[in-house]
Amino acid sequence: MASFKLTINNRAYDADVEKDTPLLWVLRDNLGLVGTKYGCGIAQCGACTVHLDGKAVRSCVLPVSAVGKAKVTTIEGLSEKGDHPVQKAWDEVDVAQCGYCQAGQIMTAAALLKENPKPSDEEIVSTMSGNICRCGTYHRIREAVKVAASKTN
Amino acid sequence: MQTSEQTSRRNFIKIAAAAGGGLFLGFNWSNSSALPVVVDAQKVAAGLVNFNSYLSIGTDNVITIISPNPEIGQGIKTAFPMVVAEELDADWKQVKTVQGNLDTGIYERQVTGGSGAVPHSWERLRKAGATARYLLVEAAAAQWSVPASECTTENGKVLHRTSGKSLSYGELAEAASKMPAPAEVKLKKESDFKLIGQSVRNVDNNNIATGKPLFGLDVYREGMLFAMIQRPKAFGLKLKSVQKEAVKSMPGIVDVVTFDNSVAVVGKSTWQVKKAKDALKIEYEKEAELESSADHNRIFQQLMENGEATVRRKNGDVETAFKNAAKVIKSEYQCPFLPHSPLEPMNFFAHVREDGVELIGPTQTPERARTEVAKLTGIAPEKITVEITRQGGGFGRRLAADFVLEAANVSKLVKAPVKVIWTREDDMTGGIYRPAVRYRFEAALDKSGELIGYKLRGVGMNSGNSTREDNFPSGSVENLLIDSVEYKSPITTGPWRAPITNFLAYAEQSFLDEVAEAAGKDPVEFRLALLEKAKKSPVGDIKYDVDRMIGVVKLAAEKSKWGKKKGVYQGFSVYFSHRSYVAQVGEVVMEKGKPVLKNVIAAVDCGIVINKSGSLQQVRGGVVDGLGHAMYGNMTFKDGAPDQRNFNGFRLIRMNEIPEVDVHFVDNGISPTGLGEPALPPAGGAVANAFYKATKQRLRNQPFINEEAFKGIS
Ligand code: FES
Ligand code: FES
Repeated sequence: MASFKLTINNRAYDADVEKDTPLLWVLRDNLGLVGTKYGCGIAQCGACTVHLDGKAVRSCVLPVSAVGKAKVTTIEGLSEKGDHPVQKAWDEVDVAQCGYCQAGQIMTAAALLKENPKPSDEEIVSTMSGNICRCGTYHRIREAVKVAASKTN
Repeated sequence: MQTSEQTSRRNFIKIAAAAGGGLFLGFNWSNSSALPVVVDAQKVAAGLVNFNSYLSIGTDNVITIISPNPEIGQGIKTAFPMVVAEELDADWKQVKTVQGNLDTGIYERQVTGGSGAVPHSWERLRKAGATARYLLVEAAAAQWSVPASECTTENGKVLHRTSGKSLSYGELAEAASKMPAPAEVKLKKESDFKLIGQSVRNVDNNNIATGKPLFGLDVYREGMLFAMIQRPKAFGLKLKSVQKEAVKSMPGIVDVVTFDNSVAVVGKSTWQVKKAKDALKIEYEKEAELESSADHNRIFQQLMENGEATVRRKNGDVETAFKNAAKVIKSEYQCPFLPHSPLEPMNFFAHVREDGVELIGPTQTPERARTEVAKLTGIAPEKITVEITRQGGGFGRRLAADFVLEAANVSKLVKAPVKVIWTREDDMTGGIYRPAVRYRFEAALDKSGELIGYKLRGVGMNSGNSTREDNFPSGSVENLLIDSVEYKSPITTGPWRAPITNFLAYAEQSFLDEVAEAAGKDPVEFRLALLEKAKKSPVGDIKYDVDRMIGVVKLAAEKSKWGKKKGVYQGFSVYFSHRSYVAQVGEVVMEKGKPVLKNVIAAVDCGIVINKSGSLQQVRGGVVDGLGHAMYGNMTFKDGAPDQRNFNGFRLIRMNEIPEVDVHFVDNGISPTGLGEPALPPAGGAVANAFYKATKQRLRNQPFINEEAFKGIS
C-alpha cells in the first residue's frame, strides 16, 4: 500500500491503495465517485473516461501512481450544477437509453469541444467512435455533440 | 359501491389520506377491472393497510408515481408514469417518478422481458390516473357546491369555467382522499391525449449526465466486501481443487470460498480481488465434451440431414408440391453464439443474515431472484427484499438469476454483505449465450412463379423450438412443413433480445428475397401477394394481423421510395414479433468499389406510441443492435472455451459504422404493444438483401464481415 495525493474536481483527496490500482477503482471504491463507469478494463469502450489536465483518458488503464500532480476531472465535477453545455445537450437531445455509457460519452465529448470547439462531422464521428454504446444511441450522441458545439463559443 | 376490505383486498384500488396530508391512491397493478374500495384512513395510519403501490398527490402539489418494472434502457420509468399522468391530466412538471421494489402482493409481472410491460399495464395505468382524477373533481365540486359534470381538469388543476374558480390538485388532495371511490371510471378518448404521443425526455437524464449512483455496480454499503468469481474456463469442465492459501495472503483478501463449480475471492476492494482471482491456481476435470466451433459446424450439418425432428406446423402436402414444382430453391443460413454484452457487466449485492436477506442490483426478474435465493438459503421469501437498481442494459442476460445466487452464496459463506462483480471477461466467457443455430429453407414454385410449397428446418443448440412456426409466411402457403431439431450442448444459452427471431427473421427474409428473385418478382410485390392470399384464403391458423403487416410493408415501401432511387441498392424485410409489426428497407451505395450501408428506413406498427422520443430511440437502437451483431458479432469456441474474451476480440458496432435510421410510426389508435425488441429482427434481412443487390452475393452466415462479399473490406 502507498498513499497518493490526488486533485479531483478541484478538491484534494488522499488514497491508500496499491500503486498499480487503476484510477477508475480508486475513484469508485475509495473515493465514492461512482459516476465513472467500468465497461471493459482494457481501454476499449470509454465508459471510464475522465479528464487528466483537461484531456480525455481511460481511467481503467491508468495506474493511480501515474496520475502525479495532474488534475483529474470526473463526471461529478464537469460542472457544478450539471449545466455544462454537453450535459445540457445530452438532456435536450434525450440521448440516454440505459445510460451506463453516457458519463464516458459526455466526458469524451467535453474534452473534444474544449480542444476543438467547432469540430466537423468527421471529427465528431472519429473521436466518438472510441466509445461504445451497447444500446446504440449513436445517432443522438452525434446530434448532442453538435448541439453542444453550437452553444459553446 | 364496495366498502369492505374483506372482499379480496388484492383486487381493489385503495384510497386514503396520506400521513402528511394528501391523496394516496394505492392501486393494484394486477387487475385491470379493479373495483375501487374506500379504506379507512385511520387504519392506514395504524399501518393496517399496505400501501406500497401508489400514486400519491401531496399537498405540496408533487405527484409521485411508482414504476414497478425494471428499467434496463427501454424507457419504462418514463413511459409508465406518462400514461398515469395523461388520464390524471397532471402537469408533467409536477410528476416525480420512482422505481418500485419487488412486491408481489401488489404488482404483477414485475419483469422486463418479451416487450410485454406496456401491453400488460396499459389499462391498469390509465385507470389509476382516471380514478384519481375523478376523486379530485368530486372534491372540487363538493367544495364549490357545483355539479361535478361542470368541472374540467387541466395541467394539475380542477376548473369551473362558469365561475372562473380553480384549485390545484395539491389543494384538493386531502379532500379527495375522503371522497368515495367510483365503481367505474371513464377513460379518455385516444384523440384527447395530450401527453401520450409527445416526446418526453427520460426522467433520469439529469442523474445520468451528472454521474449519480444509479446502477447495480454503484451499490456500496457499510462493511460490504467485494467478490469476484472464477468459473470453469471452459464449458464441460468442473472444479477439482483449488489452492486457496497463497491467494488468501494477498493484500486485502479476506477469504477464498467455493460453491458449485465456482471459486470466489472475497476482499476489500475490486482491484485487490481481481488480482487475487487472476493468481488463483485451480484444477479442473472434464465432465462433458469440450466443444469447438468446428464441432458445431459438423453437428449442424449432420443433424440437418439425420436429426430427429419435431414437427411444428404442417399444412397441405409438401411432398407432392415439391414433386410438382417447376423450380425448387434451397438455402441454408447459420449464426454463431453471441454474448449479450450489456455495458454494465453482471453484478449483485446480497446480505444474507439469519433472519432475512437483502438483495440489491440489476435484474430483469426480481421475483425469480427472490425465489431462487429463498431456495438456496432456506429463508422464507417474505423475509427477502429485492431492491431494483437501474440497469446498464440487459438484452435478456439479466433474466437469469445466476449472478444473484452467486452473491447470496458468497454472502452466506462469509457472513457479510457482499457485492459480486463480473469483469468484462467474466461476462463474455460466463455463458448463457444467444445459441448458435442453422436453418434450411426450401421453396417450391410453380410455372407461373407462385409459391406452392415451403419447408423450414431449424437445428438449434439448446434452443428448444428454434422456429416460429406461425409467423409469416405461414398462413399464405398451401403446402408447408416446419420442424426443428434440438442439440444439447454443454455451452449454456438463454434468451437474447428478441429470442430466436433475432436470427430467424434475417434468415427467413433473406430467403424470401431469394424466392422472389427466382420467381422473377419484385420483393415487395411478392410479399404483398402472399399477404393478400393469407387474407383472402388463409391456410391454417394465422396468428399475426395480416392488415397490420400489409400496412407496414406499404409504408416502408412508400417512405423509402422503393425501387425508384438511382444508384441506391435497396433491400426489404418485414417481421412480426412481440406483438408489433416492423418493415425495414436497407440502402447500400457503392463508394470506391465498396458497398456502404447508408440508410435504414423503418415502418413500425406498435399501436399507440406513448413516448415519441423514447420510441424512436428503441427503434433506432434496435436497428443498430440488429445490424451490428449481424455484421460483426462472432463468438467462437476452442475446446469448450470462448475465443473472444473482451471488446478487443468481440466487435461491437461503433458510431462510424451506423447508417442513418429513418423511423415512421403507423398511427392507428390501437392499444400499444412492446417496442424493446421488435425493431431488431428485421434489420439483418433488410441489410443483407441490400448488400445482395449491390454485390450479387448472398450473405448466408453471420457475421457478414466474414463472408465472401466483405473479403478485403473491414
Ligand atoms: S472501462 Fe475503460 S475503456 Fe472500457
Ligand atoms: S445508453 Fe446504454 S450503453 Fe449507452
